[in-house]
Amino acid sequence: MRFVIAVFVTLSLLASASLFALSDPEQDRLAFIDLYKKKFPDKPLEDYVLGALMLSNDAKEQYDSIMELPPFISVIEQGKAMWTKPFANGKNFADCFPNDGRMVAGDYPKFDAKLGRVVTFEMSINQCLQANSETPLKISDMKTMGVLMAYARALSDGMKMNIKVDGPEALEKFEAGKRFFYTRRGQLNFACASCHMQNAGNTLRTEILSPAVGQATHWPVFRGGDNLNTLQARYKRCLEQIRAVPLDLGGEDFNNLEYFHSYLSNGLPLKASVYRK
Amino acid sequence: MNNLRRNLLKGFATLAALTLLPLRALAAEWNKVAFDAKTLPEALKGAGIQNAIESKDIVIRAPDIAENSAVVPVEVNCKIPNTRSISIFADKNPQPLVAQFNIADGVEPYVSTRIKMGDTGNIRVIVQADGKNYVAMKEVKVTIGGCG
Amino acid sequence: MADPMKIRAQVAGDMADIKILMNHPMDTGRKKDANGEWVIASPPHFIQQVMITLNGKTVVDGQFGSSVSKNPFLGFKIKGAKVGDELVVSWTDNKGDQRSDKAVLEAKPS
Repeated sequence: MRFVIAVFVTLSLLASASLFALSDPEQDRLAFIDLYKKKFPDKPLEDYVLGALMLSNDAKEQYDSIMELPPFISVIEQGKAMWTKPFANGKNFADCFPNDGRMVAGDYPKFDAKLGRVVTFEMSINQCLQANSETPLKISDMKTMGVLMAYARALSDGMKMNIKVDGPEALEKFEAGKRFFYTRRGQLNFACASCHMQNAGNTLRTEILSPAVGQATHWPVFRGGDNLNTLQARYKRCLEQIRAVPLDLGGEDFNNLEYFHSYLSNGLPLKASVYRK
Repeated sequence: MNNLRRNLLKGFATLAALTLLPLRALAAEWNKVAFDAKTLPEALKGAGIQNAIESKDIVIRAPDIAENSAVVPVEVNCKIPNTRSISIFADKNPQPLVAQFNIADGVEPYVSTRIKMGDTGNIRVIVQADGKNYVAMKEVKVTIGGCG
Repeated sequence: MADPMKIRAQVAGDMADIKILMNHPMDTGRKKDANGEWVIASPPHFIQQVMITLNGKTVVDGQFGSSVSKNPFLGFKIKGAKVGDELVVSWTDNKGDQRSDKAVLEAKPS
């Protein structure tokens, strides 16, 4: 009986999210862009990094005004202090990355064939710490990992998102992330796609829903100028808001989702530590 | 280039903190009566503002809809000569007087700041020039979003 | 003493564009109660007075209420200010804390 139910559920899932098997990430990305082009014919692709801000001049003006001299500058400086502080062995974070950690964030998440899973930028930070006999940071702690990200990701400002999906195992993770994106969940029974694909540009309780393309480029954000959120922190909060079981930051579900989600923004420039409402 | 990044990497013009100036001795006494006032008429009275004339020469740049009511950018551009003070009120705030600036000769009649708004209402700017008061208003809507 | 202010003071032509970001919680002490009213729940903590001098001469004498946003931002423009002029921004809050920071006017990068 359980087997029958399992098969039924699997078939329903597959049926409810069309075009899974044999997905081609590039085709997916271009299909998304095509869909949004029909919704927003006058918006060039480069504007998508602004998300909902590209759909409201009033909102964009507030963003520009606040970004002239944002209230969270001292938090970024705290992140810089964390980044530059040497480990006990004398090395520092810059030693763990090519180019002293500049222009690297756009390569993450990446599929690590040895580990057999997706590795996010936060995880690579912890790999660096562990390799240097330092205590890893809690990925869900905005006061440590979040603050570090506020600076570390800014070193890659301007870098074009550059997610690679090479080989069948990587593709499997991409597809897992894509499935997540399309799966309805929670009491409100929304999928990411419900708001950010089908209803992108529409208004939900006074909020303009942003398109999925461009979303992954601009993290962490400072909501209201002082509430620091990394991308996965935002995933979790969104799950809470649709009254779904909130999943863990740094877990496989979110890592695979971030992998798929970031791929959609390939070619768009990163910009860390921005203001959002 | 990204201004924020440029500033982060190069630092600001700010030099080290100075020995503290005797600020209290130099500045006007903080206007407790005006700032504590809970209604607009009381706040105006406390600030010594009467008979303000509506003026199109005060231009308030503020959002139509505040993205976040804790950080509402407000910019005042004024074309009235000899402007000596600019006062900003948010009519619906529990204490309507937000800030007041006395400016010396040579300082442009301009100020930019960010304020908290309690509810949808007018941002009211009153300018004093040549002993006369002038006023302009702009309504800003404050909403409760769905995904905040 | 609170964290330093960020002061950007740039001159283009005969106009100095001054932007200041102060570090302060600007806590109103208010929270919304069950009726949706803003009531005082804790002691407010906010900057009350701000003074700006240029080469020692007071150019702005300002006062704040607690409605100014956290980490207050101020922008002013001063005509006739020159590269090399010295700007000092000082504030006092309702608990008697003070902060004073200096900046030298620079040419605006083109």
